[in-house]
Amino acid sequence: MALLRITSPHTQRAGRRTSWVMQMVIYATLPGIIVQTWLFGWGTVINLAIAGVAALLSEAAILAMRRRPIRFFLQDYSALLTAVLLGIALPPTVPWWVTVTAVSFAIVFAKQIYGGLGNNPFNPAMVGYAIVLVSFPVPMSQWLGVSSVVASGEMLSFSQSLQAIFHQLPVIDSYTMATPLDGFKHKELLDSQSAFETLPALQAASIDSWLWVNLAYLMGGLALLWLRIITWHTPAALLGALLVMSGLFYVFDTSNAASPFFHLTTGAAMFGAFFIATDPVSSCTSNRGKLIYGAGIGILIYIIRTWGGYPDGVAFGVLLMNFAAPLIDYYTQPRTYGHKKAKTGLKIGGDH
Amino acid sequence: MSTSEETAVNLDTDDTAQDNQPSANYADIIYNGIWKNNPALVQLLGLCPMLAVTSTVVNALGLGLATLVVLVGSNIAVSLIRNYVADAVRLPAFVMIIASFTTCIELIMQAYTYELYQILGIFIPLIVTNCAILGRADAFASRNPVLPSALDGFMMGLGFMAILVALGAMRELIGQGTLFSDMQLLLGEAAIHWKWVVFDDYPNVLFVVLPPGAFIGLGLLIAGKNFLDEREKQRIAAQKAKDGPSNSKRVRVTGQVS
Repeated sequence: MALLRITSPHTQRAGRRTSWVMQMVIYATLPGIIVQTWLFGWGTVINLAIAGVAALLSEAAILAMRRRPIRFFLQDYSALLTAVLLGIALPPTVPWWVTVTAVSFAIVFAKQIYGGLGNNPFNPAMVGYAIVLVSFPVPMSQWLGVSSVVASGEMLSFSQSLQAIFHQLPVIDSYTMATPLDGFKHKELLDSQSAFETLPALQAASIDSWLWVNLAYLMGGLALLWLRIITWHTPAALLGALLVMSGLFYVFDTSNAASPFFHLTTGAAMFGAFFIATDPVSSCTSNRGKLIYGAGIGILIYIIRTWGGYPDGVAFGVLLMNFAAPLIDYYTQPRTYGHKKAKTGLKIGGDH
Repeated sequence: MSTSEETAVNLDTDDTAQDNQPSANYADIIYNGIWKNNPALVQLLGLCPMLAVTSTVVNALGLGLATLVVLVGSNIAVSLIRNYVADAVRLPAFVMIIASFTTCIELIMQAYTYELYQILGIFIPLIVTNCAILGRADAFASRNPVLPSALDGFMMGLGFMAILVALGAMRELIGQGTLFSDMQLLLGEAAIHWKWVVFDDYPNVLFVVLPPGAFIGLGLLIAGKNFLDEREKQRIAAQKAKDGPSNSKRVRVTGQVS
């Protein structure tokens, strides 16, 4: 089995099978899913259902093509977890084919082509997300607004959500609005204070809703920490780096930068920190490596949010640091008891 | 004859030797160019234009044709001068030849297919740097008579163009849901209605239209070729096994002796 080769400590504990870990992570997303459903309507749940079916089908299909045991690998819940993470990350009214594309691409290209669970160098969910974000920018930018702020003043009902996902809801534009990050990104010439006063996406109701979402994922993440499924290193380093970066620029450039609190509680900050960056396969293994890896993602998130082309940078930050993870692991090997000092960095002119 | 043998043979022969025997027979040249030693799928040469311009069939076909013409021309020219160029300066000489042919093609395209010329842009002059062309000039044309060299250039160019067009069709179909759009840029007014909208109301898949999609598409094509090769190998092995164990020198002590 592929996963047994992973040295990540949290999958090696006695009695903790892959399926148990994956199930626990799925359960830990529940508070976030509930809050998202409460704030943005049934779209998230419908997305999750579509994503789950698509993930299981594409995983089964590709396993059959690779002549691997289908039932065995479907039962480790990893495909389902990828689907859940994607269903959460995609906007609630995104058309069904976007979800299916993202999920099947994640399973087939990001995971199985590299050899299945445990062998993928990139986080499958984020690969799927990045693909649809690059390919279909319009549906991917249509987040629903909170009911009190959007023009229609009410939330999409279950049937309306279904309609938006499977057909085309003509009035969907009156329900959608820019997310706070999107709004702040496109404040154009406004300084940040007047942007927070005038832009609809940056009003208290909108910001609070994202605060709730982030708090819910923080709760789920703390549960994972408590269960010792993840360690504190990656999320702490990620959030810390994001805090330091945004704090630094907020102090020096108050009129154009947003506060650290804003950066930590909007977008996918908490979700990314606890659920995406902590993927045991594609992230770093050693504790020191995790700190560097998380900090790298945090810095990249701030850079992409502030100067990049996309409002949020979690997906690209994670993918870029996935590139670097093997190198970081190489230079942060912990010292085994009784051995010499570990390799800590490049030494010019010597290999000892 | 395999390519490694071919190169080995070629390395053995002295450059100044007056060998008028082609190093491979014509069937081998054709098979090598189209399939076995395909410049795009096996040698992976000329990746830069291949990944950059194959977003539609017409772009791929335009660049493929241009490369084909340059490849045939340069192979013929290199083969003609192969006995008169000193070894030390052969590469500069080949590059000069390739560059002149590329300039000709560029001017021709500018004259007759101006819009396509503008779409392909820098990638037409960049044909000079296409390793497939210099590679064939050095590995084949500089050691073979004119006729085999011309055939080799044609077949290599055809193999390259076939993959280019396949990749272009794949990316156009998945990326834009159409096939053969804008063919009039290359083939004139007659092709103006060739555009085939395969999927109506199709959302453009930008990822496939952009160069990253070409990497994945090319990967799939290479995987497909390896799959076919593997199946062919298995078929031959099965055929051999079926044809009879008569060649086997081992004495079988168990099982059925057929």
